[in-house]
Amino acid sequence: MYVILLAGHYLRTKYIALVSIISITLGVATMIVVNSVMSGFSCEMRDRIKGILADVIVETHSKDGTAAEDTLVLMEKVEEVVGDKIDAMTPTVEIYGMMSFDVAGHPFHRPVTLVGIVPDSKNRVSPMAENLMTRQAIYKNGELVLPPLRDPALPLNWDLTPEHLERRKDRAYEMQMREQMSVEFGSTSTVPGPIQPVSNEVDAEAASLDPFLVPAALESSEGEESESSDPFSNSADPFNSGAAAEQQDPSQPLSARVFVGAGLVTYPYRDPQTGEVEIGYLVQPGEDVNITTIKTGVPEPARFKATVADVFKSGMSEYDSTLVFCNLEELQYARGMLTGPDVSHPHDNLDWRNGQITTLQIKLKDYQDADEVVRRLRSELPSAYFAVNTWEQKQGPLLEAVKVESAILNVLLFLIIAVAGFGILGIFYMVVVEKTRDIGILKSLGASSSGVMSVFLTYGLSLGMVGAGAGVVLGLLFVHYINEIEGLISSIMGHKVFDEEIYYFQKIPTVVDPLTVFLVAVSAILIAVCASILPAWRAASQHPVKALRFE
Amino acid sequence: MRTLPMKPTVPHLCAVALDKAYRKGQHRIPVLRGVDISAQEGEFISIVGQSGSGKSTLLHLMGLLDGPDVGEVRLKGDRIDNLPSGGRDRIRNQVFGFVFQSYHLLPELSLVENVLTPLLIRHNLFSYWRHRAEFREQATEIIERVGLTHRLRHRPSELSGGELQRAAIARALVASPEVLLADEPTGNLDAHTGSEIMDLLCSLNEDEGLTIIMVTHDEKIANLSQRIVRLTEGRIQELEEAA
Repeated sequence: MYVILLAGHYLRTKYIALVSIISITLGVATMIVVNSVMSGFSCEMRDRIKGILADVIVETHSKDGTAAEDTLVLMEKVEEVVGDKIDAMTPTVEIYGMMSFDVAGHPFHRPVTLVGIVPDSKNRVSPMAENLMTRQAIYKNGELVLPPLRDPALPLNWDLTPEHLERRKDRAYEMQMREQMSVEFGSTSTVPGPIQPVSNEVDAEAASLDPFLVPAALESSEGEESESSDPFSNSADPFNSGAAAEQQDPSQPLSARVFVGAGLVTYPYRDPQTGEVEIGYLVQPGEDVNITTIKTGVPEPARFKATVADVFKSGMSEYDSTLVFCNLEELQYARGMLTGPDVSHPHDNLDWRNGQITTLQIKLKDYQDADEVVRRLRSELPSAYFAVNTWEQKQGPLLEAVKVESAILNVLLFLIIAVAGFGILGIFYMVVVEKTRDIGILKSLGASSSGVMSVFLTYGLSLGMVGAGAGVVLGLLFVHYINEIEGLISSIMGHKVFDEEIYYFQKIPTVVDPLTVFLVAVSAILIAVCASILPAWRAASQHPVKALRFE
Repeated sequence: MRTLPMKPTVPHLCAVALDKAYRKGQHRIPVLRGVDISAQEGEFISIVGQSGSGKSTLLHLMGLLDGPDVGEVRLKGDRIDNLPSGGRDRIRNQVFGFVFQSYHLLPELSLVENVLTPLLIRHNLFSYWRHRAEFREQATEIIERVGLTHRLRHRPSELSGGELQRAAIARALVASPEVLLADEPTGNLDAHTGSEIMDLLCSLNEDEGLTIIMVTHDEKIANLSQRIVRLTEGRIQELEEAA
């Protein structure tokens, strides 16, 4: 009984010991904050990777993909083998390529990875719609600057927003005016692109009947009359290459559409007036880019023009600076993996089901089944042609790196707490020396050595609990208010500590894992108890008479 | 209530041929050289001697705070100095009450908590919790007996020397000991306060028949006891009846 009473009294009266456990408090708080932020980052990163990749990926070893007739066979086979565990799957074609565009007459070329996708099933496999810029609200300094241009819940498709369509029309008109001027005044045009002569009314009518106009674009456009009367049609352009048949009203988007990664077409710059970091666009949705890739078989270059339908920003810079999503059938057509049923109009009525694919992305009902699914698919699909992996296996090195980083950080921080343990040991030893006479008194009153030892062990335990408890509270509060704290520090230091344009986060993501918090607290308490063992043992082994004489 | 010893031949507490030496470096410094002393039940004995005569060491040996090199300590005829440490701890807690020259109260505890310490040590959490009201009452009664009722909640640092010694006596008495061992109880007090403390000890001896063994160097104080044992250089010099 006296053990608890004395330990309690020591806890309340020995401020020096309370000071000594501040180190434990800080260590625990730091560990909780660091772990929460790191797991927040890693969760966010996993979400983002999953937003681009799928749970399980079946891909051909060859970049030429499956045989055309095997696409449906493969999908049926997968359905047959693991259909009960599959939530959704989507076919894709992945290939390296180059994206080129002009900005103010300067050509830009970007190496990219082209991914041909089927929007609705792709969005079911990995919810990428939310990564598209037109579906995101734009914040600056935590304030809403621009609400989403369209409802994020709308199904994913290749449509342009009315705003971007309008923009495209304006640009097309501007272009036309310039060309007219250059023709009229005979000056050389600096505007890149084929010089297109002004057509007559007959051509305009032909343009309105152009079967290649995208129906969706027609529906969403309001000024159909002005388009049909648009004289700027080049279906009869003699200077155009093989793509001439596809040339059409430039105010209408092309049939090939792409989502381009934000890293490919944007650049951050510091506004000289406000000093704030702004985002500049090299290419806006609604503008066209040139895509170059290779055909199947003999690696001949394949070129096509595509309209940027949207810009996506997943937050994984690796993806945002390399990926270009394209409509699957257009990519298949461009690479010679697919032709339309009508031989004279091979670009008509394309259906990806008749073409070749390189990858099948699968979303599972329960990710716990991933290993099972991979195992079954590996045994059922010919391993000479197909590789089956989970996204974690594909992203193994990255995830592993994050894990190692967090483990090392934990070890280092734990060493800090261990160092704090030595501080406690020292101060505890001091307390025991100071209490030598009291120990003698207790012994003369009949306290046993083990009783005296447990007084100091209990004292160490309660100090550890107070220190760790305060650390947990402090750490959790810090994590809870981390963004406010970041704002405060930023305003004191005058520049942003956590720049959302660098990290792609509006806020610092945190995930508090209760088990981690518990383990950190328990190990801190253990360290405090361990640090008090030696002083407590010394206290217990005091000779009562010598202790009583101690002044 | 004064009780006569049941068996006068068996002393309440006795020391037989105690030898004790301390080591200081290579030198062995003998403190006690074959000391025999015995106290009958209800006796009040003073051990008188100069500084360094070994009187405090003798008291510590008899109170089991230290072990003798040679010799025995007997409580009612049973040897107690060779008991295992657990048994010695229990005897210190239940049989002896200690009073020291410099009071030795625990500075963190209030007066009443200090007085309760022997009971806190004796009982574990649950049995203390069950009897806590009883123990409190016991403590307040004894504090009343030593006249400190108005100081119950005070810390030792807020008490005067006389009050501290009375608190120490209350603590020694709370566990109803059989023998009170007092080491210079008036050593740090002025003559007036010292005589108050001595009055208290004498009345305890007379009214309750408490066996008291007191160490002092003050002849006047020693004369208040029933018997005086003189100790010189570790040997009993003479036994005499106090005046």
